[in-house]
Amino acid sequence: MSGQDLDARIAEWRTAVQRGGAVDQPDADELEEHLRDQIADLETGGLTADEAFLIAVGRLGKVDVVTAEFAREHSDRLWKQLAMNRPADGGRRSVATMLIFAALAAVLIQVARLIAAASGSAETQVFGDPSAPWFLRNLGLFVLPALAGYFAVQKRMNSRQVIGLGAAVAVLALFANLFPFGAGSDTEALVAIHLPIALWFVVGAAYVGGEVRSAARRMDFIRFTGEWAIYYTLIALGGAVLLVLTGFVLTPIAPDLVEQVIAWVLPSGAAAATVVAAWLVEAKKGIIENLAPVLTAIFTPLFAVMLAVSAIGYLFAGVGRDFDRDLLTVFDLLMLVVLGLVVFGISARDSAQRAGAMDVIRLVAVVAAIVLDALVLGSMLTRVGEFGFTPNRVAALGLNLVLLVNLLGTAWLTVRLLSGRAGPVRLERWQTGYLPVFAAWVLLVIIAVPPLFGFE
Amino acid sequence: MNIDKDLVAAMATPLVLAILVEGASYGYAILKRVRELSGGDLEWTDGMLYPLLHRLERLGYIGSEWGSSDEGRRRRNYTITETGRAQLAEQRQQWATANRTLGGLWNVSAAGA
Repeated sequence: MSGQDLDARIAEWRTAVQRGGAVDQPDADELEEHLRDQIADLETGGLTADEAFLIAVGRLGKVDVVTAEFAREHSDRLWKQLAMNRPADGGRRSVATMLIFAALAAVLIQVARLIAAASGSAETQVFGDPSAPWFLRNLGLFVLPALAGYFAVQKRMNSRQVIGLGAAVAVLALFANLFPFGAGSDTEALVAIHLPIALWFVVGAAYVGGEVRSAARRMDFIRFTGEWAIYYTLIALGGAVLLVLTGFVLTPIAPDLVEQVIAWVLPSGAAAATVVAAWLVEAKKGIIENLAPVLTAIFTPLFAVMLAVSAIGYLFAGVGRDFDRDLLTVFDLLMLVVLGLVVFGISARDSAQRAGAMDVIRLVAVVAAIVLDALVLGSMLTRVGEFGFTPNRVAALGLNLVLLVNLLGTAWLTVRLLSGRAGPVRLERWQTGYLPVFAAWVLLVIIAVPPLFGFE
Repeated sequence: MNIDKDLVAAMATPLVLAILVEGASYGYAILKRVRELSGGDLEWTDGMLYPLLHRLERLGYIGSEWGSSDEGRRRRNYTITETGRAQLAEQRQQWATANRTLGGLWNVSAAGA
C-alpha cells in the first residue's frame, strides 16, 4: 500500500467517524493524529502499512461505539447542528436583506389596512371589513411581491428579470382591480383565493432566479414550498401564543388597547413571517433533514388506507342519491393532498434509488384517489343539467380535471417505475413539467372566469 | 489477565490524571504509558480515551492546547490543573482505602491457608 492509499483509507475512516455529527473537526484531527502515530509505530515494528492500518483502526475501536461515546460527552453537538450555522461571510448581509424585506411586507400591509380603514367604516378591524372588499381580494398583493423582491435581491437577478417579475405582478393587480365585481360576488371570492396562488408562482420565478425552464430548479421550488409552509405554520403558532398572552396580560389594565395591538401586530407579523420563513428555509437547507418528506412518509400509508377503504365503500354503495353538490370541492382538496404526498415523497427520493414499498403505497393512494374522483365526477357530469354551471362549480370542476390528469400520469409512471421500465426521473419530470399547467389554470380563473359569468 | 471492564472504567480517571502529573502529554503517548505500566494487561479501546479526556477538561481537571507534532501535524496536548491535582489526591485516598480493605482480608486468608 502506497502513502496515497493510506491517506485515502484514513480519509475514508475519518468521514465515517464524523458522519454522525458527534465528532467535530478538531476531534477528528486528534483521532487521526493518534491513528497515524499508531501506524508509524507498528510499521517501525515491521508490519506492512496495510496491516498497521487495520490494527491501528481496530485498536481505536468500532466507529459506532467510539462515536456513541463522543455523543454522550458532547450531546450538545447533536443539537447544535439544528441551530443556525451560517457562513461567516455574507451571513450578516443575508440577515439584513431578510429584515428589510420582512419590514417592507409589514409596512405594506399596514398601509393597505389603514387605507381600507379610512375608506371603510369605523369598525374596520383586522381583516373583517366588508366595506373594503378590495383589501381582502388584494391581500396577496400586499405581501407576496415583497417575498419575490427578497428573492430577486438574494439571487442577484438582472434588471430585465426584475422588470419581468414586476410586470407579472402588475398584470395580476390590474385584472384583480379593474374588473367590476358585483358586491359579494362569487367571482370576486374566486379571484381572492386564486390571486395569492398566482403570485406564489411569481415568487417561484424569483426563487429559481429566473431559470423557470430548469426541471431541477422547479423541483427545488417544490421542496421550498413544502418547507416554507412548515416553517410558516410554526411561526404562526408561536405568534398566536404571543398574541393570546398579550391579550390576557393587557386586558386588566387596558381592555381597549388589546384590539388595537392585535390590529397592528397580527397583519404585520403575518406578512413579515412570509419572508422570515423563506429565509429560514434557505438558511437551514442542508443542516437538518427536510421536514416535508418526513411528514409525507408518515402520512402516505395512512392516506393510502383511508382512500382505499373509501374507494371500495363508494364502489359498493354507489355515490348515492344524496349527492352533495359541494362534494367536488372536498374531492379537489383530497386530490391536492394526495398530489402533495406524491410530490414531496418523490422530492426526497434519491434518483438512483430503486422502486420500493413506498412506491407501491403511493400507487395505492393515487389509484384509490382516481377511482373515488372518477365516481364523483361521473355522477356529477351525468346530472350537470340539474345543477347548471356557476363560477364556483366551474372552478371546482376545472381544478378537478387538472388534478385528475396529473394523478393519471403519476399512476401510469409509478406503474412503469415499479415494473422497472422507467426511472424515477420520469416521475419527477412529469411533476415539474406540470407546474405551468397549474399556473395556467389559476391564471384562467382570475382572468377568464369573472368576465364569463358577468362578474357575478 | 484481563481486567474487568467496570474496574478499568473506575481506574481511568485517576490513571490519566496520574500520568499527566508526570508532565504534559497527548492522547497516543498517554495510552502508550498505560500499556507500559500495566504490561499490556489493561485492555483499553484507544478511541474511548478521547471522550474521557474531553470530559476531564470540561470538569476543569485538565487543560488542553493545540501544538504540533515532530512531523508537523496538529497535536492536542493536555496538562493537569490545580483542581485536577486535588481530585487526584482525593481519588488516591479512596484507592488506598480500597486497597487496604481488600488487602487486609486477602493477606489474612493467604496466611491462614
